[in-house]
Amino acid sequence: MELVLSAVTGGLYAAGLFMMMRRSLFNMILGLILLGHAANLLLFTLGGLERGNPAFVASDPAAAASFPDPLPQALILTAIVIGFGVNAFAVVLIRRAHGAIGADDLDELKSTDCSD
Amino acid sequence: MSASPLIWPLLVPLLTAIGLLFLWRRPSWHRWVGLAGAFGLLAAGLFLLRTVMTEGVTTATIGGWPAPYGIVLAADRLSAALVAVAGLLGTAVHLFSISGVDARREAYGYYPALHLMLMGVCGAFVAGDIFNLYVWFEVLLMASFMLLELGGERIQLEAAIKYLALNLLASAVFLSGVGFLYGFAGSLNMADLAGRLAQRGPSPLSNGVAMLFLLAFGTKAALFPFFFWLPASYHAPPAPISAVFAGLLTKVGVYALYRTFTLMFVADVAFTHGWLMILAGLTMVIGLLGAVVQEDLRRVLSFNLVGHIGFMVLGLGLFTPLALAGGIFYTIHDMIDITILFLIAGVVHRETGRWRMESLGGFYDRAPFLSLLFLLAAFSLSGIPPLSGFWGKLALIRAALAREQYLATAAALAATFLTLLSMAQVWEAVFWKDRPAADPEPADALRPTRWEKVFQMTPIVGLTLVSLAMGLFPEPFFRYAEAAARGLLEPSAYILAVLGGTP
Amino acid sequence: MKEHRFTSLILAAATQYLLPLLLFLSVDILLRGHNKPGGGFMGGIMGASALALYFMAHDARSVRRILRIHPRYFLAIGLLAAAVSGLLPLFFGKPFMTGIWWDRHLPVIGMVGTPLLFDVGVYNVVVGVIMTIFLTLMENR
Repeated sequence: MELVLSAVTGGLYAAGLFMMMRRSLFNMILGLILLGHAANLLLFTLGGLERGNPAFVASDPAAAASFPDPLPQALILTAIVIGFGVNAFAVVLIRRAHGAIGADDLDELKSTDCSD
Repeated sequence: MSASPLIWPLLVPLLTAIGLLFLWRRPSWHRWVGLAGAFGLLAAGLFLLRTVMTEGVTTATIGGWPAPYGIVLAADRLSAALVAVAGLLGTAVHLFSISGVDARREAYGYYPALHLMLMGVCGAFVAGDIFNLYVWFEVLLMASFMLLELGGERIQLEAAIKYLALNLLASAVFLSGVGFLYGFAGSLNMADLAGRLAQRGPSPLSNGVAMLFLLAFGTKAALFPFFFWLPASYHAPPAPISAVFAGLLTKVGVYALYRTFTLMFVADVAFTHGWLMILAGLTMVIGLLGAVVQEDLRRVLSFNLVGHIGFMVLGLGLFTPLALAGGIFYTIHDMIDITILFLIAGVVHRETGRWRMESLGGFYDRAPFLSLLFLLAAFSLSGIPPLSGFWGKLALIRAALAREQYLATAAALAATFLTLLSMAQVWEAVFWKDRPAADPEPADALRPTRWEKVFQMTPIVGLTLVSLAMGLFPEPFFRYAEAAARGLLEPSAYILAVLGGTP
Repeated sequence: MKEHRFTSLILAAATQYLLPLLLFLSVDILLRGHNKPGGGFMGGIMGASALALYFMAHDARSVRRILRIHPRYFLAIGLLAAAVSGLLPLFFGKPFMTGIWWDRHLPVIGMVGTPLLFDVGVYNVVVGVIMTIFLTLMENR
């Protein structure tokens, strides 16, 4: 299972970075979203996929055996919520930027390099 | 009410922002309610500072869950000082914004976003576990996105895209680092991690994780190979927003480097801190070389900001008590000084409508007092004795010589001269030379009214006084920085306070 | 500036009935969240999705009419609820954000306490944020 998840994580990172390096605004946002997912999945995999390792229920090994470690899941949930907010904002931003620039091309983003 | 002094720097801006959101329909109230909130944050910061100075490391567990499991907030001397300075800068920028931000931006939620950002900054300074640090980073990022694109001018939108893309990339790296750390050491509490990582000793894996964090925090702090987003975005929004970004945001990255690379990643100092030193040296030289060739006033300041991040990280890279103390002192000095410079640039722009240095000029005739204030801040940034920048640089260079890091010393000295050169260029172009005669004053140049002038000058004068105090009476400040550095090098008190846990 | 018109009669009619149902479901998910899967974020997402469906069937103005207040006030109310839930324990001499439960089991709602208030806050924040973004996207066309 770890192997599959590792491969998926790697694929997500690769796809995310590839998309970010395209010239299109929209692809850049897609790349960022994929990168966020990759990081979440990494967190999930690295937290350990085996059962019987919860953070709290140490006194009763029988009860503990059926629980995974809840902490990575809590972290991922938090990261998903945050990522959701940031990505929603990013979508609004590129939409407005698209309106202002009139092109879906990162090469057009030049006005920060000239002044006045 | 048994509230820990730690929660007020978070609650005050949060409650202010909530109040401002409820008052959305009355933007003219925002400035005053927000100003009260900013002063409240300053008071909370000073209260925290006093508590930490008298009682040592202060901690607060959220929800009463004990330390390695629950969320814990912790402030040592470094955190407390930074929270207090954040309150100071927040107040100053707020005062300046009253005349420096137009009514349209006020109506679209400038002040609530500013307070949410201040909450994120303070939260990052007092976070006790690494994931919580990530959350606070995202809070301040979200608020800073809003501030950056507020107003929706084309240049702002473009800047926001660059800022957003690189900072989110850094956040993804940060989160991956957190994942590796948890899988590797099995904890997220930074004090707990310190013990666990020390037990394991140096290993390629821990060095790799450290490099992930260096990449993430280095991007947020604008270190050398990752700083490109900063000069591409910080000059786009109106002056007070640029000023508060310059003063606070990159310093959060620096703080995160200080915290993680003194508490957690100290197993293989030769490797990790060696890299920090190399990057710091390159940041100083390349950042300031960039500053010398820029033509836009704000971009000159942005590159100066980048270059001086190098000094702070140099203190961390040298990793001796004197160097850390110098770095901390320098961080506080730079937060205040760079804010002053950005605010003065804002005044210059407001009165002339220009940013390009070749079309500016003659400001000394027009506003001699402001020019004097600029000169003080510029000299202080360049490290002319007896101003505040000098003492930090002196300590850093002495520490570098003591460790026989001659290249780092040379880089620091070169950066100092380049700063002086860059500041002299600004002085010559903006304040000293005559106004180009062929260039008529543009329509959006405004003569400020008397009240606007008061709100413009008060924060600049106030911050200059603090900066002067740090320069003329450096001893109490430096003693404090030394104590903070000792706390970082000997983190047992911090670890004990967090893990021993007050209920 | 194209007039935004994507209306299907079936969708519009069905949404009239679906919206209250989906909102009830979202509140149910919010309330069961203490010990079962669910909670403020999921409930909020569902509630916002319900409103988004209404959006697609009708238009921005009718959604505003349903909400009555601008969604940013949901955001403010939510943040306030969360902040109050954190502050309440201080009045009982407990640390910030300690969970305080009222020892009575109410029908439908279940256990009442500050964590529930916090979740309600999260619900409002999520609905507020999503709706603000939706309105921004739809009205600036």
